[in-house]
Amino acid sequence: MDLTFVIIVETLYAVASLVLISAGLAVVFGMMKVINLAHGEFMMMGGYVTITAVGLGVNVFVAMLVIAPLVVGLIGLVVERLVIRHLYGRLVDTMLATWGLSLVFIGLATMIFGNTTTGISTPITGFAVGNYQINGYNFFIIVVSIVLVIGIYAVLRGTRAGLIARGAMQRSDMAAALGYSPDRIYMATFFCGSALSGLAGAVLAPLVGLVPTSGGAYIAKAFITVIAGGPALIAGLVSSATSFGVVSQVFTFAISPVFGEVALLVLAVILLRAMPQGITGRLFKGKL
Amino acid sequence: MARTALQDVLLTLVVSALLIWIMPMLIGTYTLTVLVIYGMLGLSLGLIWGFGGILCFGQAAFFGLGAYTYAIAAINIGESTLPMLLAVLVPAIFAALLGAMMFYGRLTDVYLGVITLVVTLILFKFVNSTAGPQYVIGKARLGGFNGIPGFQTLNVPGDPGAYIWGDPYYYVCAVALVIVFLLVTWLLRSSFGRIALGIRENEVRMGLMGYDVAARKTVMFAIGAAIAGLAGALFANWGEIVTPSLFSLGQSAEIIIWCIVGGLGTRIGPIIGAAGLAYLKFLLGQQSLIDNTLITGLILVLFVLFLPKGLAPAIAALFRAVFGRTRRKPDARRMRRARHG
Repeated sequence: MDLTFVIIVETLYAVASLVLISAGLAVVFGMMKVINLAHGEFMMMGGYVTITAVGLGVNVFVAMLVIAPLVVGLIGLVVERLVIRHLYGRLVDTMLATWGLSLVFIGLATMIFGNTTTGISTPITGFAVGNYQINGYNFFIIVVSIVLVIGIYAVLRGTRAGLIARGAMQRSDMAAALGYSPDRIYMATFFCGSALSGLAGAVLAPLVGLVPTSGGAYIAKAFITVIAGGPALIAGLVSSATSFGVVSQVFTFAISPVFGEVALLVLAVILLRAMPQGITGRLFKGKL
Repeated sequence: MARTALQDVLLTLVVSALLIWIMPMLIGTYTLTVLVIYGMLGLSLGLIWGFGGILCFGQAAFFGLGAYTYAIAAINIGESTLPMLLAVLVPAIFAALLGAMMFYGRLTDVYLGVITLVVTLILFKFVNSTAGPQYVIGKARLGGFNGIPGFQTLNVPGDPGAYIWGDPYYYVCAVALVIVFLLVTWLLRSSFGRIALGIRENEVRMGLMGYDVAARKTVMFAIGAAIAGLAGALFANWGEIVTPSLFSLGQSAEIIIWCIVGGLGTRIGPIIGAAGLAYLKFLLGQQSLIDNTLITGLILVLFVLFLPKGLAPAIAALFRAVFGRTRRKPDARRMRRARHG
């Protein structure tokens, strides 16, 4: 009974962290068809911003939920203006350029913070279920992910900005003809995507020892989740994160954490082979 | 292709003989050997990406697979000839299976990238976790993150006591690179190469003309993997240890950067890019003022933005502009198409 509860929580946590890791990349890819390989480094910077802010005496939740997304969003804005806007419509070139950017950010972080592990303690204490100890912070991550998904849905469905963004995503020429500059919409979208990456990095920062190369651990998973999800932003994100999270947790509990990771990757290969357009290219067509 | 095949071969031989002779006076042969090996690795991706239109994010997987195959086989056999052959064959077969799965599934572009990336990650994670004593192939322990040290290095075929190392090993690697280069040249001049270019330009049209696109791409992919495997085996001999970092994403990234900087759609570009950037990294590694990764990243960004065709075509264009008439028409469109997988 206790074990079942622990497994359910761990699985939910695995799904939630995949959603969190991938959200920023999914927004940028879903709306702009740009794959931002510097996504992992945006998360890394979110983590460093949080740790620095906490070190300066800011409340940890303010640092995670407000300061980190804003700072990383602004960095994203600069990157979009300087590099990415010259490469729209050239998928492979943007991937390569952002890959280069990720190396630049790793180098900068190494020069500023040094090649050492930093971290902060989790602000929520754990508790015991029967014989098992559960990290209370896992619930926080689950809640943040749920709020995030509902938030993205609400913005895209309910607000005027979301309507314009969806319009530009479907037919940027029509949106331009109606008087909305696609350039500025893309800029805003990239800001939001970067801010989400920063948020994810900040929220996950207490769980990992942060090093300048931390981003690499996230990017592959995020990349796989987003591509396997397919064109629909939210349905794709949730469906692929769920399938990957559940499969990797099942194998983690059944065999070992390494097999959990490998199972996730093997599933990704199988999924893409069976559905080259991603899950939502086949199943939830036309959904958001 | 204004020059004839014979002229091409002669020019290659003369230039490479000169380079092999001159370079050791400028750079130590130990460093030079690894530059040559990286050049071969760059050429392997340059072939399948620049001429086959297949963007592989996991070329390092084949490199690492070649190195591991060599190390494991060398420990078990105790002589280096058969392990060298295996180190070429195993990655090629692996790539053929992987390629068949992808190309018959009509995967392109990003999806191809994701799958190759994922396969590299799987290999990396798996090999990294094999530190325990239960992971043994024959007499060789896989060793996990510690890698495999102490295997039989390259020897004169048939005589396990006569090791080839130091200066002679440099000449072996350099000659191997020249041979691979000539084979690639021959491949691209053959009808297979011409058809591969056609597939890169327009897959649907070549399919409608009756060519089996998936089979040809699979073969191309396997050839690239074979070259990468050979480079891996040579690297294993050079380093005398193989570690999982050979499979890492960073290694894959570097190969892609070499190709971009050197120039896609050329044979010599990726080799120059690989050797040049690896040497630059070696020089930068000797100072601690600016982080190495930062510079690699900046180079990649700047090249994608300002010189997306790479160095070799740019230098060729400059050469033509300075020294009179153009002999060949610049082929801008072909380059651009190639970059989009």
